[in-house]
Amino acid sequence: MNSPDDDDGDWDLVIRPNSSVFTLQLGEVWRYRDLLYLFTRRDIVAFYKQTILGPLWFFIQPIFTTLVYVLVFGRIAGLSTDGLPQILFYLCGITFWNYFSECFNKTATVFKDNAQLFGKVYFPRLIAPLSIVASNLIRFAIQFSLFLGFCFWYWWQGKIHPNAAVLWFPIIVATMATMGLGFGMLFSAMTTKYRDMVFLLSFGVQLLMYATPVIYPASEIPASVAKYLAWNPLTPLFEATRYGFLGAGNYSVSGLAYSIAFAVVMFIVSTAVFNRVERTFMDTV
Amino acid sequence: MSVAIQFEDISKQYRLGEVGTGTLSHDLHRAWARLRGKPDPFGKVGALNDREERGGEYVWALKDVNFTVEQGEILGIIGRNGAGKSTLLKLLSRVTAPTTGSIKTKGRIASLLEVGTGFHPELTGRENIYLNGAILGMQRREITRQLDAIVDFSGCAKYIDTPVKRYSSGMTVRLGFAVAAHLECEILVVDEVLAVGDAGFQKKCIGKMKQVSGQLGRTVVFVSHNMGSVMGLCDRSCILVNGVAEPPMPTKLAVKRYLQLNEQSQNPETSATISLTPNSSFQFHKIELCSDEGRNAFRFSIGQPVRISLEYECRQEVPGLEIAVAIFNSYETRLFTVERSQHFKQQMQVGFYSESVAIPANTLVAGEYSVTVAAFVPNSQILQSLKSVVRFSAFDDGFHFSRYVGADIGVVQVDCAWSASQNADSSVV
Repeated sequence: MNSPDDDDGDWDLVIRPNSSVFTLQLGEVWRYRDLLYLFTRRDIVAFYKQTILGPLWFFIQPIFTTLVYVLVFGRIAGLSTDGLPQILFYLCGITFWNYFSECFNKTATVFKDNAQLFGKVYFPRLIAPLSIVASNLIRFAIQFSLFLGFCFWYWWQGKIHPNAAVLWFPIIVATMATMGLGFGMLFSAMTTKYRDMVFLLSFGVQLLMYATPVIYPASEIPASVAKYLAWNPLTPLFEATRYGFLGAGNYSVSGLAYSIAFAVVMFIVSTAVFNRVERTFMDTV
Repeated sequence: MSVAIQFEDISKQYRLGEVGTGTLSHDLHRAWARLRGKPDPFGKVGALNDREERGGEYVWALKDVNFTVEQGEILGIIGRNGAGKSTLLKLLSRVTAPTTGSIKTKGRIASLLEVGTGFHPELTGRENIYLNGAILGMQRREITRQLDAIVDFSGCAKYIDTPVKRYSSGMTVRLGFAVAAHLECEILVVDEVLAVGDAGFQKKCIGKMKQVSGQLGRTVVFVSHNMGSVMGLCDRSCILVNGVAEPPMPTKLAVKRYLQLNEQSQNPETSATISLTPNSSFQFHKIELCSDEGRNAFRFSIGQPVRISLEYECRQEVPGLEIAVAIFNSYETRLFTVERSQHFKQQMQVGFYSESVAIPANTLVAGEYSVTVAAFVPNSQILQSLKSVVRFSAFDDGFHFSRYVGADIGVVQVDCAWSASQNADSSVV
């Protein structure tokens, strides 16, 4: 193991104790792209197998959640919605929050959920979290189409005013996915050996929702709290989305830039941690 | 011939016991040493993997393993449970990384540590073929091209569009192996997956592996503790003993050596020194097997008496004390029991005794046996009972029934009288 490895050229594969921490092995991931596709398909298809309503269930969940939110937060608690129609306000928040939290939650337990599989066969481990992000993206697309439908209806009635900030939409979704993936991978790497973080995760995501303007607009945050919540990298994403699609929200390019930078740094750090853990996690999981 | 796989100083360390705060402190020590550029402070710790020895927190499942696998050969890896076979396979299939050393390989590796890995119960057979194939590293194009062959091989054509959860376990295994058998790879790594499935299926699997190596020139690494399948399949074999590998040798030699090693390690069971139980009125001290040649024998010819020597101490006079020896075969059937009072009628006095019981020659048939001894008062009290305290094997070195190779001739031989008298009236038979 101490000898200089100048003869590696003749071999197709060299297995060593430690690999470089910052490689993404994108070549490997590309070679296994079919697996990525099949995992994604499996997650989507297995979700509604043996149901009568089938993919319709993807719509039912956000609709019912929205109705409950309108009732609880809108009617009973009387939270402000920045003058936007309540249904649209909550549906927007739920659709986007679901995407982020599902990416986060599912990736965070990726090692634990797939221990059986990872223990028997090799493939680039990154495929598993990526497939989660991808299958959730499809779910998100379905739910987003529902949101768009409502948007059109209200827009036609002249109740909302979409504008050019809508063009940020693909970047916002990508940032959200990167952040969810980053947070999730960090958690999954930290929970393989010590399960303490699992408990934090189970209620942490819930709490994070309340720290993010999902069910309330950022404009309603009291000034004393606002300076802390301003650090939440999710805030600019939700506000910009609402501003772009519905026409009300604290939209700022610098805020978005902060979110994007945060997501990128987060992703690099979590990749490093993930790579460190993935090679031997089977011994400790 | 060129080398397909090369193991260089491969070691793998495992930590024993549960993960808790203790491991956190070790991890912190490790991280601190790494920051200062020092070697792992726990890298030196750890005994070789001998399961029967107690103590120690770290263990080397594999230690400095060095060997090479030639291209196109079938290499067997044999060893007892826990010798490190599975760890070696895990390293080779990149499920986990080695602690030190490196493995260099040429060509695409496909490893079969399990058949049907990643089958999703809700998906149909067809969907699972794609999923499983992709997990094993196939492309969708390849799978589509081979789909018909895979379905044919599995023999599940009728069920191919039914969810796998409705399959019988045999069908699931067959489908899993069918996918694996159609993998396109240069190196195939196979664990004891063949242990599952019926005899016909096992034959099919072995045939497939032979074909893969023989006609297609691929390399196969086969791990098993079934000597029969290793002998039938492998050209060379490598023995693992407590995490240390011996250099590969022709399979016949390796199997012979492996059996010898096993016998050595089993020898201690031919003699048992019993730990003291104070305050008891009776105490066995030592149980030992002796042959005609001497003490501590393990293998007996069936034409030879098996002598069981007992050393014990009677500390108090117990009215009606009885000592019995029972012989069990490998199916845990009690063949017979011998009691001391069949031979000595008088009450046992306080004192040390050294006695022996002999199983007469030509009583047992070839097989494995265990001996149980007990001291008790019939129908009232057990003073000491030692279950399977010593073991031995009886082998056939040529006797009357040797001509029936492998046939069932019963569990014991009994020398029965067979008398014949000429009948005066030959018409009455």
